[in-house]
Amino acid sequence: MANKIVVPIKQVPETKSVKMDEKTGTVIREGVDSIVNPLDLYAIEAALRLRDRYGGEIVGISMGPKKSVKALKEAVSMGVDSAILLSDRAFAGSDTWATSLILASAIRKIGDFGLVVCGERATDGDTGQVGPGIASFLGIPALTYVSRIQDLSDKLCRAERLIEDGREILETSLPAVLTVIKEAGEPRLPTLRGKKRAKDLDVQIWGNDELGIDPDKIGLKGSPTRVVKIYRPKVARKCTIAEAKDEASVGPAVDRMCGFLADKGVLQ
Amino acid sequence: MIQVNRSGEVWVFAEQREGDLEDVAIELLSKGRELADQLGVKLAAVLLGDKKAEGLTEKLGHFGADKVYLVVNPLLEHYQTNSYTKVIHDLIHKYEPQVFLCGATVCGRDLAPRVASATKAGLTADCTDLQIGDHEIRRTGEVHKDLLFQIRPAFGGNIIATIINYDRWPQMATVREGVMPMPEPDGNRKVEVVRDEAHLGTQDLALEIINQHIEEKKVNLKGARVIVTGGAGVGSKANFKKIWDLAHCLGAAPGATRAAVDLGFIDHDHQIGQTGTTVRPSLYIAVGVSGAVQHVAGMSDSKKIIAINKDPNAPIFKVAHYKIVGDLNQVVPRMIDSIREKV
Ligand SMILES: Cc1cc2nc3c(=O)[nH]c(=O)nc-3n(C[C@H](O)[C@H](O)[C@H](O)COP(=O)(O)OP(=O)(O)OC[C@H]3O[C@@H](n4cnc5c(N)ncnc54)[C@H](O)[C@@H]3O)c2cc1C
Ligand SMILES: Cc1cc2nc3c(=O)[nH]c(=O)nc-3n(C[C@H](O)[C@H](O)[C@H](O)COP(=O)(O)OP(=O)(O)OC[C@H]3O[C@@H](n4cnc5c(N)ncnc54)[C@H](O)[C@@H]3O)c2cc1C
Repeated sequence: MANKIVVPIKQVPETKSVKMDEKTGTVIREGVDSIVNPLDLYAIEAALRLRDRYGGEIVGISMGPKKSVKALKEAVSMGVDSAILLSDRAFAGSDTWATSLILASAIRKIGDFGLVVCGERATDGDTGQVGPGIASFLGIPALTYVSRIQDLSDKLCRAERLIEDGREILETSLPAVLTVIKEAGEPRLPTLRGKKRAKDLDVQIWGNDELGIDPDKIGLKGSPTRVVKIYRPKVARKCTIAEAKDEASVGPAVDRMCGFLADKGVLQ
Repeated sequence: MIQVNRSGEVWVFAEQREGDLEDVAIELLSKGRELADQLGVKLAAVLLGDKKAEGLTEKLGHFGADKVYLVVNPLLEHYQTNSYTKVIHDLIHKYEPQVFLCGATVCGRDLAPRVASATKAGLTADCTDLQIGDHEIRRTGEVHKDLLFQIRPAFGGNIIATIINYDRWPQMATVREGVMPMPEPDGNRKVEVVRDEAHLGTQDLALEIINQHIEEKKVNLKGARVIVTGGAGVGSKANFKKIWDLAHCLGAAPGATRAAVDLGFIDHDHQIGQTGTTVRPSLYIAVGVSGAVQHVAGMSDSKKIIAINKDPNAPIFKVAHYKIVGDLNQVVPRMIDSIREKV
């Protein structure tokens, strides 16, 4: 099988702990727990299963601040072979267009890859656009929403993807990008040996000196989309409450609610 | 990238399968109509396919399109990333629309990023609202007029962001399904059809479809007027019968949270939320559902929401119009009896 599988991994804040600066309308990232994007664990698992079956080498890459090394180390502790962090001030503020360009440039530099396996989406930016974007910049096909990789050879990959009203099996030439969904398989836990390897591993760091992308095309400057406002949605509803704490109060509560349903014209 | 083109049209991607128009295309036409009227430009649908697609042009007109860009080619029979991207990219360069919208469907989410990267345009994902407005860049005082404000949830629905692209056009967005209203068709509307060629060879099909297996959807959630959703709180597959029964006596469709699906209470087709179906029925009854953001994202636009939960602090109560704090095992059978009596 061709050689390397590259897995792009994003470090994200735990969504439960999102904090906002209501005055400036920006997301506060300091002091918030960072985790590996949960959906990227499925990508890592898919890559590991391919290596179990066909051999090869898995390279994890992440674009982000220096502390994203932690996410890469976690991937290594699960079994990923090596890791590269793409970190540079010039990358900051990249939208999906610029992020895809940076990741694609790094993947090209890594070279000799058969597959790039991405998560379906990241839980923070939440766009799912980076996988197809990488494929576009590399000029190779992408299979999105992959639920099962059936077969892989030097030149072809056959995979099943889930679409709205069913599933389809596609065959693509290689190299190609896959974005996988959770049906691809339950992620394995880090092993003790993996953890030790991760601890000892020196994660390479590449900046734009290594990638040499036109600075006008990356970071905030190179991003076509601009976030101009952020707010926390407020849902305040007028709500009728019926307590049905014990056997005796269930009847009246339900009757009142059925009255409500009748008023709304539901019971006809 | 195309030039900023103030007289450019508003385009929507007319997603179709086997000659059937997807609902999301109609929803996009309804929003697109509003935007085009505000901008004083034409609304066009972009329709690609083989011969089976040709019959859809009139329908697109009835739902609000002034124009249809029609590209018919046997190689376009099935949606394929490369071929569709190439054709649409060429169309954008030729006609320079100012806005291009796709549904945030499996197909639209696959297509739109490819078109955006190829066209060097930005793309906002999964919008739940679109508006026209002006934006001033504070640093320079420069004002960009009549931009597309692309409004979308991020961080799992915890925040809402407004996103613009003022210098790299077209302004592209994918729009979440089931969020924009479905308009009534107007059979008198006429539509102009612009036929275009596809410059494609088989080399543009990097993928080969080996097999396509379309399953009948087991439930029509989007069309349902009433939905009864059961969550993990229902406890077991056997107990989920209570949800089916309640749904049955209300003529409702049964829905589920992801937790209920993962626990095997009910099939995935019934899942509502971020990774399931987005719904907005007249009445939504949530039973034993905690109200996680990913679930609420798919149902909070329902006209009336009733929640039944034993935990008075369950987040689902924040979006409910009517709440019953109690044990579903007592409340639901009682409801079924009471409704059967009344109907
Ligand atoms: C509130 C908010 C809204 C935003 N909305 C948009 C928008 O609509 N359009 C837009 O273009 N940008 C948007 N952005 C910017 C976007 O979040 C960033 O560009 C981000 O770097 C990548 O996008 P994502 O998080 O959506 O990733 P996704 O596209 O959802 O990620 C898919 C996969 O790509 C890989 N991947 C993604 N990012 C990285 C990374 N940094 N390193 C390694 N692998 C990665 C992972 O495998 C991941 O599973 C938004 C940002 C914020 C804060
Ligand atoms: C990326 C991502 C995507 C997701 N997409 C979706 C999605 O599309 N749809 C979705 O639903 N979820 C989705 N989830 C999962 C979501 O975060 C929640 O885990 C899920 O919605 C919880 O389901 P639940 O409310 O049924 O279960 P729980 O959170 O376990 O809630 C059960 C509730 O039942 C109540 N209860 C228990 N017993 C009783 C009783 N006897 N009587 C009354 N009440 C009782 C409890 O008080 C509790 O509030 C997604 C998660 C992620 C990370």
